[in-house]
Amino acid sequence: MSYYFAIIGTQDNPLFEYEFGSAKQGGDGVARFPQEARHMNQFIVHSSLDIVEEVQWAGGQMYLKCIDRFYNNYVSCFMTGGNVKFLLLHMPSQPASTNTTRASTSIAANPTSPQTEEAIKQFFTEVYESWVKTIMNPFYQANMEVKSPVFRSRVAAAGKKYL
Amino acid sequence: MASSQPVANQPAQAQRGTQAGLKYPSSGKTIYHRPLNRSRTQELSQASFAYLFGEMVSYAQKRVTGIQDLEKRLNVQGHPIGLKLLDLLLYREPPRSQTRPLNIIALLQFTTTVLWRHLFSRPADALEKSSNPETPDEYMISDNEPLVNQYISVPKEMNQLNCAAFVAGIVEGVCDGAGFPARVTAHSVGKGEEGELWPGKTVFLVKFQPEVVEREAYLGKS
Repeated sequence: MSYYFAIIGTQDNPLFEYEFGSAKQGGDGVARFPQEARHMNQFIVHSSLDIVEEVQWAGGQMYLKCIDRFYNNYVSCFMTGGNVKFLLLHMPSQPASTNTTRASTSIAANPTSPQTEEAIKQFFTEVYESWVKTIMNPFYQANMEVKSPVFRSRVAAAGKKYL
Repeated sequence: MASSQPVANQPAQAQRGTQAGLKYPSSGKTIYHRPLNRSRTQELSQASFAYLFGEMVSYAQKRVTGIQDLEKRLNVQGHPIGLKLLDLLLYREPPRSQTRPLNIIALLQFTTTVLWRHLFSRPADALEKSSNPETPDEYMISDNEPLVNQYISVPKEMNQLNCAAFVAGIVEGVCDGAGFPARVTAHSVGKGEEGELWPGKTVFLVKFQPEVVEREAYLGKS
């Protein structure tokens, strides 16, 4: 499974982005988006922001689960208290319908299963902790881009750990 | 620390052109290594806070044209604190009640209990909705004895000033951050009479933008 993770600020402005691949089930942690579709990731993620604005008022939970789907791309969302969105685009290496029975329980092949939902939730929760630490920086103002290499490595570690 | 000192544990980063100016602490610990939770006993000395706050007020007082301007500056100083506290306090809530406030009441209750307890170790004294039918968008949070005003004496000619405008800014930051844009102002309601119970009583007037009230009505119906 390939992942594209983006943090979107309150003005729908991107603050951080990171691309990675599944490290579970023998994955090597490298994103394998098809070369001709890779540039679409940002579009797909941003187009799901409209749906985020609808579902964000339906419940107070921060984790909004999988909110959007575009062909074989699934978008999960986590919304912080300060209206900053964490969006994770996940693309299974093969379409979900052609699963073999053995692979069907793995999170890499099953983008909407409860296990995947839970794994993404844990990923988001860990990123949220780092995010709160980022905004506690007195020099950080709302909607500023996050450039810290430490933050990037924390996100990478969370991705490796859960996804 | 001398600037010529080599950055021992981050050689790769020091070589990169864009990060040459970045300094890393010698322990290698950054803000990301510090815990977000704090224990009950870690409180700030009120004396040092009063000293710092006095300096903040006199800093804001420079180059202002009037009391309104001064209160505005104090408000602006508090605003980013509110934005940041919103996420920090939500993070510290137990997982089950870790929810974003979705309506005005939930937001104001979060403010008067969680935020107030964090800042002043006690909840606010009252939360009221404006009884005037023409202003359904106004809410009032009262504090009988604002901690920030304890060591502030306001000269007679400036009796309109209430330095709790700083706290109003924090509340405004929380409201704005949660997606409920509002104007928050601090007003002294003590009449300055002899033997008054709460001479420093302050009311924080929260006036939400029209779109917030509109959305509230829409969400309430569905």
